[in-house]
Amino acid sequence: MVDTTMSEKIFNVSMSPHIRDNESISKIMWTVMIALAPAAIFGAVNFGYRVLIVLLIGMGSAVLFEYLTQKIRKKTVTIRDGSACLTGFLLAMCLPPTIPFYMPAVGSFIAIVIAKHAMGGLGFNIFNPAHIGRAALMISWPVAMTTWSKMTTGVDVVSMATPLNILKQQGYEKLIETFGSAPDMYQALFLGTRNGSIGETSTVLLLLGGCFLIYKKYINWQVPVVMVGTVGILTWVFGPAGLFTGDPLFHMMAGGLIIGAFFMATDMVTIPITIKGQVIFALGAGIITVLIRLKGGYPEGVCYSILLMNSITPLIDRFVQPVRFGLRREAK
Amino acid sequence: MKNLWDIFKKGVIVENPIFVLALSLCPALAVTASAITSLTMGFSVMFVITANNVVVSLTRKLVNPKVRVPVYITSIATIVTLVQLLLQAFAPELYQALGIYLALIVVFAIILARAEVFASKNSVIPSFFDGLGMGAGFTLALLLIGCIRELLGAGSIFGIPVIGDWYDPALIMILPAGGFILIGYLVGGFKMLTEYMEEAEAKKGDA
Repeated sequence: MVDTTMSEKIFNVSMSPHIRDNESISKIMWTVMIALAPAAIFGAVNFGYRVLIVLLIGMGSAVLFEYLTQKIRKKTVTIRDGSACLTGFLLAMCLPPTIPFYMPAVGSFIAIVIAKHAMGGLGFNIFNPAHIGRAALMISWPVAMTTWSKMTTGVDVVSMATPLNILKQQGYEKLIETFGSAPDMYQALFLGTRNGSIGETSTVLLLLGGCFLIYKKYINWQVPVVMVGTVGILTWVFGPAGLFTGDPLFHMMAGGLIIGAFFMATDMVTIPITIKGQVIFALGAGIITVLIRLKGGYPEGVCYSILLMNSITPLIDRFVQPVRFGLRREAK
Repeated sequence: MKNLWDIFKKGVIVENPIFVLALSLCPALAVTASAITSLTMGFSVMFVITANNVVVSLTRKLVNPKVRVPVYITSIATIVTLVQLLLQAFAPELYQALGIYLALIVVFAIILARAEVFASKNSVIPSFFDGLGMGAGFTLALLLIGCIRELLGAGSIFGIPVIGDWYDPALIMILPAGGFILIGYLVGGFKMLTEYMEEAEAKKGDA
């Protein structure tokens, strides 16, 4: 007879994963928040102290709703892991600075209670909660969500419209005219001295934060590069005056593309698992963004493109399923 | 008498058409953007379901089971036409607001379901109360959804503004998306409520 007790001691049979890292949810969440912080601080400098209140309301209400939902669902309260705080933070970053104070709270409610916990909580949500919150606010209060304030400081003051709005409504010439010249426009877009949502303006600070996350290996560089690259190439090819006349630099830096590509399209929960899948995801998100920007009714399409791609993430995952170790891919 | 009251009560709470049976969700989404259309739809359905239950119950021994569904539909369609003509004559605005959904009452699942499940097997009086109870449950559910959606989506109830100017109505609530979300949460809430009631009942039984 085989001594089974002996073998149990030697072999600890458990479910995968077997390799554990030193990372934890809270560490990742707080790092992402630190990576976002410079852009947020810049937003506060750019648009005034009101921005800080919006950010605080977004984060505070998100944490509060997480706490209440978990209490009601009789689950362990995990507000300390920072995931709710980050959701609120990301949501507030995507809102216009002049938004009434109750709207970030409503957005957080939708993001946390409906988009996250109704789906099963962290790790089970299909859609990016912050973007669901923003989309719901956009549908609920289209006027408040598209009213942009003047910047309080900054050299180049763009009044009352975002660059993408000007492009949509008045055309490219007017856009250049608003900024003075094309190099001036690129500079404003790059540094962030332009109008827009709280956290989306400063391309350079968002890039810094994004690179920090890539360096920390929290996100794969392929996703933002492919997404931003797709937008650049497509807007260049399908320009306003025929093929290859577009302005890729403008489209790559304008709107929420940078923050979307680095911080939303890389959300670990709602994108495909494999690199191959993530590249497909980023490609699709880029294509939909360009479609909405050039052909759609809205001036900006990053939010909806990522949500749409979120919805087919399980399909992509199935499509690019890697071959299990030791098996061979079946010949077609 | 107690029995009839139980039949009535069952339709309102334990077997509420919207929240528990989840039948006829289409009108619950489509016409509940304001309280007044919800109420009209609720009463129309209540009338149709009660009258149809009586008709089906009366004719239950005459109708060959093989052709029962066409017979039900004919009976429902007749009653719905009645309701339509009445509303068109006396409340043309509501008739306009309800539009196609009034005619669609003919194919509402809940009416056919009650005819099939209850009226075809029971005598006239219980069938009448079953229809009344189901209709009341349906009306209350629609009214609840309609009030909340109108309150949040337009800042008013029955067209009377109740929230001050500071509130900018959330358009999502009067769009279908808001209806879906609200109905989902109300179903959840209703489940919590019934579970709580069952627990209380069980405790009472123990004591």
